[in-house]
Amino acid sequence: MTNLAADAQGATGLAGSAWLLLALPTLGAIVLLVGGRRTNKWGHILGSATVLGTFVYGLALFFSTTGLDAYKRTQELHLFAWIPVNALKVDFGLRLDPLSLTFVLLITGVGALIHIYSVGYMSHDRDRRRFFAYLNLFVAAMLLLVLGNGFVTLYFGWEGVGLASYLLIGWYQDRPSAATAAKKAFLMNRVGDLGLAVAIFLMFANLGTTQYSEVFAKIGTLPSGTILAITLLLLLGACGKSGQFPLQSWLPDAMEGPTPVSALIHAATMVTAGVYLIARSNPIYDLTGDGRLIVTIIGTVTLLIGCIVGCAYDDIKKVLAYSTVSQIGYMILAVGLGPFGYALGIMHLLTHGFFKAGLFLGAGSVMHGMNDEVDMRKFGGLWRLMPITFVTFGLGYLALIGFPGLSGYFSKDAIIEAAFGQEGWRGWAFGGAALLGAGLTAFYMTRLVLMTFFGEKRWKDLKSADGKDFHPHESPKSMTIPMIILAIGSVGAGAFLSVGNRLVDWLEPSLGGLKESEHFVIPKGTVTILTIVLMLLGVGAAWLFVGRKPVPVTRPARVSFPVRAARADLYGNALNEALFARPGTWLTRALVFVDNKGVDGVVNGLAAMLGGTSGRLRRAQTGFVRSYALSMLGGSILVVAALLAVRFS
Amino acid sequence: MSGFFSQAQQLQAPDVAYQAVLPMLLVLGAACVSVLFEAFLPRERRWGWQVALTVVTLAGAAISLIVYGNDAPKAGVKTFSDVLTIDRPTLFLWGTLLLLAFGAVLLIADRSVEPGGAFVAQAAIRPGTLQDRVQAAKVGMQTEVFPLTLFALGGMMVFCAANDLLTMFVALEVLSLPLYLMAGLARRRRLLSQEAAVKYFLLGAFASAFFLYGIALLYGYAGSVKLADIATAAAGTNRSDTLLFAGMGLLVVGLLFKASVGPFHTWTPDVYQGSPTPVTAFMAACTKVAAFGGILRVLMGAFASTNWEWRGVLWGVAIASMAIGAVLGLTQTDVKRMIAYSSVAHAGFLLVGSIALTSKGVSGTLFYLLAYGLTTVATFGIVSLVRDADGEASHLSQWAGLAKRSPIVAGVFTFLLLALAGIPLTSGFVGKFVVFSAALQSGMAPLVVVALVFSAVAAFFYLRVIVLMYFSEPAADGPTVTVPGAFTTMAITIGALATLVLGVFPSFALDWAGAGGFTF
Repeated sequence: MTNLAADAQGATGLAGSAWLLLALPTLGAIVLLVGGRRTNKWGHILGSATVLGTFVYGLALFFSTTGLDAYKRTQELHLFAWIPVNALKVDFGLRLDPLSLTFVLLITGVGALIHIYSVGYMSHDRDRRRFFAYLNLFVAAMLLLVLGNGFVTLYFGWEGVGLASYLLIGWYQDRPSAATAAKKAFLMNRVGDLGLAVAIFLMFANLGTTQYSEVFAKIGTLPSGTILAITLLLLLGACGKSGQFPLQSWLPDAMEGPTPVSALIHAATMVTAGVYLIARSNPIYDLTGDGRLIVTIIGTVTLLIGCIVGCAYDDIKKVLAYSTVSQIGYMILAVGLGPFGYALGIMHLLTHGFFKAGLFLGAGSVMHGMNDEVDMRKFGGLWRLMPITFVTFGLGYLALIGFPGLSGYFSKDAIIEAAFGQEGWRGWAFGGAALLGAGLTAFYMTRLVLMTFFGEKRWKDLKSADGKDFHPHESPKSMTIPMIILAIGSVGAGAFLSVGNRLVDWLEPSLGGLKESEHFVIPKGTVTILTIVLMLLGVGAAWLFVGRKPVPVTRPARVSFPVRAARADLYGNALNEALFARPGTWLTRALVFVDNKGVDGVVNGLAAMLGGTSGRLRRAQTGFVRSYALSMLGGSILVVAALLAVRFS
Repeated sequence: MSGFFSQAQQLQAPDVAYQAVLPMLLVLGAACVSVLFEAFLPRERRWGWQVALTVVTLAGAAISLIVYGNDAPKAGVKTFSDVLTIDRPTLFLWGTLLLLAFGAVLLIADRSVEPGGAFVAQAAIRPGTLQDRVQAAKVGMQTEVFPLTLFALGGMMVFCAANDLLTMFVALEVLSLPLYLMAGLARRRRLLSQEAAVKYFLLGAFASAFFLYGIALLYGYAGSVKLADIATAAAGTNRSDTLLFAGMGLLVVGLLFKASVGPFHTWTPDVYQGSPTPVTAFMAACTKVAAFGGILRVLMGAFASTNWEWRGVLWGVAIASMAIGAVLGLTQTDVKRMIAYSSVAHAGFLLVGSIALTSKGVSGTLFYLLAYGLTTVATFGIVSLVRDADGEASHLSQWAGLAKRSPIVAGVFTFLLLALAGIPLTSGFVGKFVVFSAALQSGMAPLVVVALVFSAVAAFFYLRVIVLMYFSEPAADGPTVTVPGAFTTMAITIGALATLVLGVFPSFALDWAGAGGFTF
């Protein structure tokens, strides 16, 4: 293991006040929530300023760390003893290392842009201040998740982002669909959280600690079965948070939230927490090949599901959501490759953070101009009317499908190559699936762009849901500027991070060095060419199926089985229902039965018995002094007799 | 020479550690002054003078207690020819008594809740006559209640400190006789009040007889009434154990009666219901403290060495008390009677701590007494506020929907009931916790399990009242909640605040309670 993280340095200097990273957004959330309506006027400014301030501080921290030697880049900041109970000692501390700092920059950078975007996007919402409070809460929790120096701190942040996500998905609480989606996200996340919690329990039970440094130092002493169990439970947690098979179906539904939320939480940051968890736990995953294989399989299955379902939807945000599911599948696949892929997964996570956030903001901009319509069949020909949105969205699109030179090309291509670097059938299976996914991605994204920005202006003869005509227009500056910045990132981030192995070297203290496979089932060059060819095929197919002919405004009902299956989310909901919901319902029904007949019976019986006894005994309280005196006398005789009996027995 | 000096010492009057007994002397002295007030002050000026005197006395006694307690010898001081022991538990009990008495005196002095106060204007008028109706509307009150309170309090203080059984008996009478009188002084429902007084007196006399007979037997056994001598005799003699255990049984019965431990509790519901509510508060809080102070001292001082023989019997008594209190409380319809049964159950819990016979048991019981007393004073303060045209509306059905009409009163009462039930974050929980853990440590696990079961049963009737207050529709002609005057407000505030503070930060009081053991 070339893990340098074991020699963590005490944090000094600028890093000594790293708690500010958490304090600023927390303060924002508290002020906005406690201040209530009084803060309505400047709430959004404060909310954006705290995140921007955190970003600037994070940047300073980042630059001060890049100047250090590699082995000094991991710093621990002990804040206070959090849970000092008997053998369970959990310290509240921060771990500042390249991995967490990378995430800090992503979260606060993209977060700040999306805060600014929301100022415009949410300007018509009466509760905009509360929205910013929740966003700040989210940023604080997410920073805690990535900065904590132990699994319990991570879990705290993990639940915090879950809460913020729940609150924000259900933002339009008057819509039943939003409330349902929020509940669904919350419940499915619970399934995953259970896994994470049990994994932490296992660590504590077997190692007596939950701090990263100690867990990673001692994990090798455990039997391999326990390690496998821990890795699989951590994976379950990751699947819940990151929308991976079989827990993927909450993520598309989460698009019921406002679009900036989809961009920040359900595309760029929170849903990547699962990838972070596995990458952070790399010393554990390094020890178990079987565990990593299962991670890889889950990632591969998910990336294909996401692509396939993405082809069938007409809702612009849902297509992007399934695209997110699929791209996180790529990341999980990458971290499943172990030392061959940890850094690649993180790199794809970063580039994806840029272009997916940009795509969501673009989709939000389109919706903003189209009376909140999300059905792409009602769009069409918008590129002239929304030039900035079109260009930024187009750049994000090219980055996502892996157009040579743009971000996605560098990060995704590297993952596909690494997948082909596995031995034997694994190389063929994972590599082939990843390659196929690239082609499908090109298809559904091209379809999306064609339906939205090109073709006839199908909205001309239609009315929106509230009965108004459509007047598509470009969005205000507060929305377009973040989109432009993200577009620049979509174009350049990939090259910037991968040229000269910048990111890989930077992350080495946290993740170990990136290994290069010895033998590839297909040569690397061929893989690159195949990827580009498949991408072009996907684009061409989309042109053939969608671009060439007019798009029907209502969606065709009579379609072939594969399309029907894709429209039904490949039966993901049915699977969840069968796996989790129905057994849960049966269990609760059985418990309710036992409770009603058994427990309640006993309780009610006891209560009736006590009440009856009480009623009968009450009659002894006659109100006559003589009977009181008699009872006292009886008691006294009993006491004395008992005392003597005990003594002389 | 030495012979001469020893003779001279024998002739001297007993040494008195005046500083140590100053609180007690202040209270008893003030009681005498208070009697003079009654004799020489004109009727209309008595109330003011009496209240001022009582409050100043209690404050002065408390200050002298604190001053002395700060640098009192840890081993304690014996004084008046070793008849009184001022050790750490005594100081804690005295402090508790003074604090609780202060709360009770505030309730007694209040004239805003009931115009003229809760006490009869002229006790000598026959109930139910025309004059009685006139007196009920009069503003004055029988201010003798103040000296009576002070005498009772003085008796209680002596009782806790008494180091021999005879002194204890005298103190018992000094504390009991004023209480019998006070129980009969209610302004309204005077027949009920007088009946309560007579019952209390008769049964109290009966219990005193047991107590005295017990002392006689023990004297026959040990040849002394000093606790330490009885302990020495019990530890190693071949005298008849029949005398010892019969004497102990009778003595303990007398004490258990005062502490209203079942099955010697029969007077409790009737007297609690009939007495004026401020007196009930005084009785419920202070008498319990004094009685358990006495029980702790007697058990630890005289009978610790024979505990294998008697502990099982007191297990039985504790279980009986908890069972009677918890089960009978379930069907009570009068709020004062319900609290009376609750106090019987609490007496059982306290007995569990008392028979642990360890320093933890002592400190736990002392803490429990302080916590329970403060909660009780506030509880009765609230009870006195809910009234209709006939005085206090103590029937539970009249409390239905109280939260809608008076959310603050209902909220405070809920909190106090939760404390009585022993819910965390209240002093009741901490009290039960320390008492039960002390009992566990001295190997009484089965008893603790039984106690937990009965605290669950008892919680039911507290919760019933809460449900009644919050989830029932208020009756159309229901009672009104009087806005309390400064005195009652203060008493309730002190009690409720202390219940909260002792529940959240109990450690300082636990430290005081555990500062030292008994000295004999």
